[in-house]
Amino acid sequence: MSVPFYVSPEQLMKDKADYARKGIARGRAVVVVACADGIVFASENASRALHKISEIYDRVAFAAVGKYNEFENLRVAGVRYADVRGYSYDRSDVTARGLANAYAQTLGAIFTTESKPYEVEIVVAEVGRTPETDQVYRLTYDGSVADEHGFVAMGGSAEQITAKLRERWAPGLSLSAALRLAVEALGSDAAAEAAGQGPRPIAADQLEVAVLDRTRERRTFRRLTGPTLAGLLDPQG
Amino acid sequence: MNHSSDQSGRLPAAFLRPGSSSFTEFVREYSPDVLPAARTLPAGALPGGGPGAGQAPHATTIVAIVFADGVVMAGDRRATAGPVIAQRDITKVFQTDEHSCAGIAGVAGLAVEMIRLFQVELEHFEKLEGTLMSFEGKANRLSTMIRGNLGLAMQGLAVVPLFAGYDLDAGRGRIVGYDVTGGRSEEHDHHTVGSGSVFARGALKKLYRPGMDEAQTVRVALEALWDAADDDSATGGPDLLRKIWPVVGVVTAAGFRKVPDAELEPVVEAVVAGRRGNPGGNPGITGQEA
Repeated sequence: MSVPFYVSPEQLMKDKADYARKGIARGRAVVVVACADGIVFASENASRALHKISEIYDRVAFAAVGKYNEFENLRVAGVRYADVRGYSYDRSDVTARGLANAYAQTLGAIFTTESKPYEVEIVVAEVGRTPETDQVYRLTYDGSVADEHGFVAMGGSAEQITAKLRERWAPGLSLSAALRLAVEALGSDAAAEAAGQGPRPIAADQLEVAVLDRTRERRTFRRLTGPTLAGLLDPQG
Repeated sequence: MNHSSDQSGRLPAAFLRPGSSSFTEFVREYSPDVLPAARTLPAGALPGGGPGAGQAPHATTIVAIVFADGVVMAGDRRATAGPVIAQRDITKVFQTDEHSCAGIAGVAGLAVEMIRLFQVELEHFEKLEGTLMSFEGKANRLSTMIRGNLGLAMQGLAVVPLFAGYDLDAGRGRIVGYDVTGGRSEEHDHHTVGSGSVFARGALKKLYRPGMDEAQTVRVALEALWDAADDDSATGGPDLLRKIWPVVGVVTAAGFRKVPDAELEPVVEAVVAGRRGNPGGNPGITGQEA
């Protein structure tokens, strides 16, 4: 009888983490930026059907990078979680914190018990009545949660993009300013850095943009497309 | 929801399984106890004593009218239990999604619950599929829900909604009526449901003109509700004393809008003024007579 290889738990976890990180870094980035009127989500995504940014509930949205089938699975579970909870209790009982906890437990369990971890990184954001009460949770492949303030970038070139956001973000930005910052940050990725000519431009039809709009009642999630998006991206607008 | 989350706090396996885009179908498998259809009642009248005993709050008038840009739906505010007014400010017209609304006639408790489930059903589909449900699809989903209530309807607890909305594909306002078995029928121009509907329908037949604008249509809807309240004890008129106005919703290509009370008040006052000393009202109110 052959003796099975011994792999230390430490090595096993490290290998899984490296594997997941590599998968995530391959995809395009998503940025989440808080502004005066809500929370803006933006990603470079030419697909009109395969979304990286979605509505979960009245004031809660979801953004993800990584493997589509894996985060889509989590997204659907999140919508079911929110709708079952909102229907059984009340709409105000659905919170980003509750959902982030459930995701964290789920991702953590998958990371430790299954041979292949999920190659995903997700953000669960809830827009508050005031910018101070906004909640943004970032979850990684192993189930760790971070409570973020102001902005988040994840996916490919996340470090370069985060650096740009850190330099330029300030509280109280207008929706249009936050969106322009988000797009500029998305364009400040490794490819732009290698070319050494500042951020590369991204056309409006290559963007997937949505906002959790604080000023709206009930369902606050709204996709920005077409002329509305072009208008917001125009510095004169 | 006794098994909504297991000990670890992770999302239950059922949530992560691929499956239907229907909330009702999902919950029926996962947690059927939260659904209204799971209940059965013993045969016979509801228990109780005193006036209104044995009768759940019901009766109503809902009117819906198609106009140039979409559809208007209006409902009175009275809930009755037998001879007693159970509530003076109940809401019977609900927004069901961005481009549709429903009015309820029948047993108030069950009807409100059905609409709540219907709202989640439409929203759930929209979120999972990333696209809006077609107008036909919405009308059919509501049919299914009414059919699910047939057992209770046979025991006297019927729910008969009226569904209306803006069909984005067809580019016009549409109205769908139902019978107690869930049978649906598309109604043209206007339709009414509830105990006062015969009177409201008569009024609509005389007042409706094709191609009315929103303001004219709202006025006609309020006139029809007035006529229903005038002759049906279970339909409430506008409560001038307490300033309780009918609930009026307007659905156009731009979406659903509940007409605010401040906007409704002068229209209600005009209706009342028009009836003073002239209970039948003036047939020329739409201002389109030759």
